[in-house]
Amino acid sequence: MLSCQRATELMSQEQDRPLSLAERFGLRLHVLICAGCNNYRRQMAVLRAACRRFGSLGGQ
Amino acid sequence: MDPDRQSELNALRPDLLRFARLQLRDAGAAEDAVQETLLAALTGSHRFESRSSYKTWLISILRNKIVDTIRSQSRELSASSLADDDAGDDLLDDALFDRRGHWQASARPGRWGDPEASFEQQQFWNVFEACLDRLPAKTARVFMMREFLGLETEEICKETGISSSNCWVVLHRARLGLRTCLETNWFAGAGT
Repeated sequence: MLSCQRATELMSQEQDRPLSLAERFGLRLHVLICAGCNNYRRQMAVLRAACRRFGSLGGQ
Repeated sequence: MDPDRQSELNALRPDLLRFARLQLRDAGAAEDAVQETLLAALTGSHRFESRSSYKTWLISILRNKIVDTIRSQSRELSASSLADDDAGDDLLDDALFDRRGHWQASARPGRWGDPEASFEQQQFWNVFEACLDRLPAKTARVFMMREFLGLETEEICKETGISSSNCWVVLHRARLGLRTCLETNWFAGAGT
């Protein structure tokens, strides 16, 4: 079972590289049962959306 | 020069400057990048359908200028100089995770509600900018190359001389720091 700390690393890396099958599987299982990490994953999506908005000078 | 376009350039200038400053962390270099962008815009003869496509075009010029600046100044962003940024990492980890690597009860990530509602508020962007500014300089640089300039990891490696795995670690540190700062200073408070 992944630790939350390791899960957060993978949730960052899935935005930068394709995860391996084992990593994807482990992460999917983890966020299924861990509410904190489930929220963290949504937060990563919000961060990316915010950066996109900011980077087009839409958020200023 | 079309006077409308001239006034539009003037109106956009402060935004362009803030964007460049945040990424270069050097007022002089940011000023230069924006000057060159405006110069390129003035000499360009493109026609634009709308104000927003003109703005998009300007930003893409500025992005290229920022990449050029980074290219010329940041060969020295080696793994060892990134290590200078590491000092705060352990502290943050201890605050967030217990010894087994699970969330501390007080640090478990919460729901952020509707992000669009936050994006509509100027105050949110002030907090966002302050949180970016709070990241260690080199960590922030790598993060912004990825997220604002849209570079892939390999390109960042090439420009900065760090390895892919190092780059992934740095990006993770940046995201962890940024979301923690946003949660504390915006989403957990009265912001939403």
